[in-house]
Amino acid sequence: MIRFRFSASGPERQSSIRKKRRFSYAAFRHHIGGLRSAGVRFALGYAVLFWVSAVLFLSVIWWGTAGLLERQVEASVSADARALSERWTDGGLSALALTIEDRLEDNVDDDALYLLVDPHNQRVAGNLSAWPADVAMSGVWYQLTIRRAGARGVAEVQAFDLPSGYRLLVGRDVRGRTNLRRLLTDTLLWAWVFITVLTLVGALLVRNMFRRMISSIARTTSAIAHGDMSRRMTLSGRGDELDEVAEAINEMLDRIARLMDGVKQVSNAIAHDLRTPITRARTQLEYAALHAPDEAALRSAIENGVSDLDNITAVFEALLRIAQIEAGSRRSAFAVFDLVAVLHDIVELYEPVAEEQAIRIIPRTPSHVLFYGDRSMIQQAVSNLIDNAIKFSPHGGTITVSAAVGPDLSCDGKSSGQAATIAVTDEGVGMNEADLERASERFFRADSARNTPGSGLGLSLVQAIVQLHGGSLQFMRRSPGLSVELHLPVSDTGDTRTGADMNQDSQSSHPQDRTTMIKRHP
Amino acid sequence: MRILLVEDDPTVRSFIAKGLTETGHLVEQADNGKDGLFLAVSEKFDVIILDRMLPGGIDGLRILETLRAQANATPVLILSALADVDDRVAGLKSGSDDYLTKPFAFSELLARVEALGRRGRNEAAPQTKLEVGGLEMDLLSRSVRRDGQKIDLQPREFRLLEFLMRHAGQVVTRTMLLEGVWDYHFDPQTNVIDVHVSRLRQKVDKPFSQPLIQTVRNSGYMLRAD
Repeated sequence: MIRFRFSASGPERQSSIRKKRRFSYAAFRHHIGGLRSAGVRFALGYAVLFWVSAVLFLSVIWWGTAGLLERQVEASVSADARALSERWTDGGLSALALTIEDRLEDNVDDDALYLLVDPHNQRVAGNLSAWPADVAMSGVWYQLTIRRAGARGVAEVQAFDLPSGYRLLVGRDVRGRTNLRRLLTDTLLWAWVFITVLTLVGALLVRNMFRRMISSIARTTSAIAHGDMSRRMTLSGRGDELDEVAEAINEMLDRIARLMDGVKQVSNAIAHDLRTPITRARTQLEYAALHAPDEAALRSAIENGVSDLDNITAVFEALLRIAQIEAGSRRSAFAVFDLVAVLHDIVELYEPVAEEQAIRIIPRTPSHVLFYGDRSMIQQAVSNLIDNAIKFSPHGGTITVSAAVGPDLSCDGKSSGQAATIAVTDEGVGMNEADLERASERFFRADSARNTPGSGLGLSLVQAIVQLHGGSLQFMRRSPGLSVELHLPVSDTGDTRTGADMNQDSQSSHPQDRTTMIKRHP
Repeated sequence: MRILLVEDDPTVRSFIAKGLTETGHLVEQADNGKDGLFLAVSEKFDVIILDRMLPGGIDGLRILETLRAQANATPVLILSALADVDDRVAGLKSGSDDYLTKPFAFSELLARVEALGRRGRNEAAPQTKLEVGGLEMDLLSRSVRRDGQKIDLQPREFRLLEFLMRHAGQVVTRTMLLEGVWDYHFDPQTNVIDVHVSRLRQKVDKPFSQPLIQTVRNSGYMLRAD
């Protein structure tokens, strides 16, 4: 019974084991990620580099040490041979034999080998019994296995020819040194094994570190890609390269959010505020088509319709322009120009219009203010302000257009630079506080302005332009009238570096720009 | 004038062609980039009106660049729905002489086309003196006389009058004046230009029996000696 059950479950178990193994292999592959994973490539690169340099290092040690031993032996044998040949020259055969015996006696390590033979290969002096058969030529190194005092050893020897057929063999027993060399080789081999293990462990560590570094970025960006625009990278606060990447990504996300916001606002504006004039134009044209009594009435209705459409186009263009400026994409036209010249030009443009209503425009400016920005936009902003001032000035009033450069006080106190202030002051009806707070909103029109022509976009555009230049817009109530001030950061030198500075300013002070500051003046 | 019109929208195309024909011009039409390019390089025109976005793989800027690469200096006016400042700059950089954005008023288009056609004709000799009727302008001494009588003008008035005289006999729109005299590329909304022109009239026309600066209804102004 039991056996039966066992045999029945056998294949099942086997297949389940195989499945498990295959699964774990897949999991392993997934875990490692193959060569397509940057982490694995990084780790492999590290491992190969480390391993190769370690092997090179060990080889150099090995060759250095073993080679040094060999060279030492060769040098001492050569020195010996030279000294002995000098003895031969000085004292002849007997002196040489005597010296050899002396040397052997003095040899504490007992590693020196000498053999002096006569022309009949008979031993004259030395501690070797017979001339080794292998050694035939002189001046060449031979490695011999010798048997001395019952122990085998390895020796390095060289033969020298002496006059009248005598021959001399000088060598060293290098048994001890061979042992040392073997020891060294063993040690280095072990070191190599350990290094290989260390390499593998290190590579794994590197890969995991890499993966940890990347995974938080990957998680956040994929969350954003799936629509969660509010997510931001978490900063470790160490200010390292990863934080830099995270900050750059966060900045990019802020900018994208701002762009999307702009698009949303424009589409809202189109949906809500363009419907009204379109409806008006449509109604008018439809009514004329159905009920116009004669051609003249029809023509005038069509003309009205066309001018309504022109107004819609103007509003539409203003909206797009505001959105575009707010997105900060129009920095390409930034250059250094003289603000004062621009102001005088605008004043000159509007003077005749103002004079028709007996309004005086008085410019109060220094002779030059160099400013880095978009000339055409500043023109438009100031034009809008003067245009407004003329609209709301009483007959015979005065409008002051002033420019000045002073320390930048408008920003959060951190900026130490200079700011240009352009102020347009009128003596008109002014605005109450509630209206002032909403003055730069799109399509906002104060009750007192309902009957003047305009779209309610003028100040929004000014606000957007000022924001692009990293500045702020302020309204100050006068009695009577209103003063609108543009505070625009300016650099002392006006060089191109300012572009980057302003870039930062406009980004960091972005939330502050929105708040409209109101100050009371007695 | 012989005008080439490259525009893919049939309503806009026939509207422009009709209007230009009515004012006495000869209009050749093309509704895609390929035909437009073929006509532009193979025949001689006084002015080319180019839409930027065209079907057929060749857009307006490509046509323009091809023309300019062949040293063809025919004045080109780009008519486009791409209204961004950057788009405008791109158009002018690739060699167009004027850029008008859609939607547009026909009078504006006509005035600009005629100004371009005129410019193509008398660009050869740099002038030092302009003369319309009894009105003389010396560009070197920067003085203006009418019927031998000296007229004192402010620098800006001088430039305004110079612009009108250079386009004598043509309609000049308010936008053209803003761009040409003040170098402003936005609509100031108020009637600033009208006031400037009326001031100029006070000096140039008022003391004399014959008015030279005419108002053209719904379009702009024209300096003309009848």
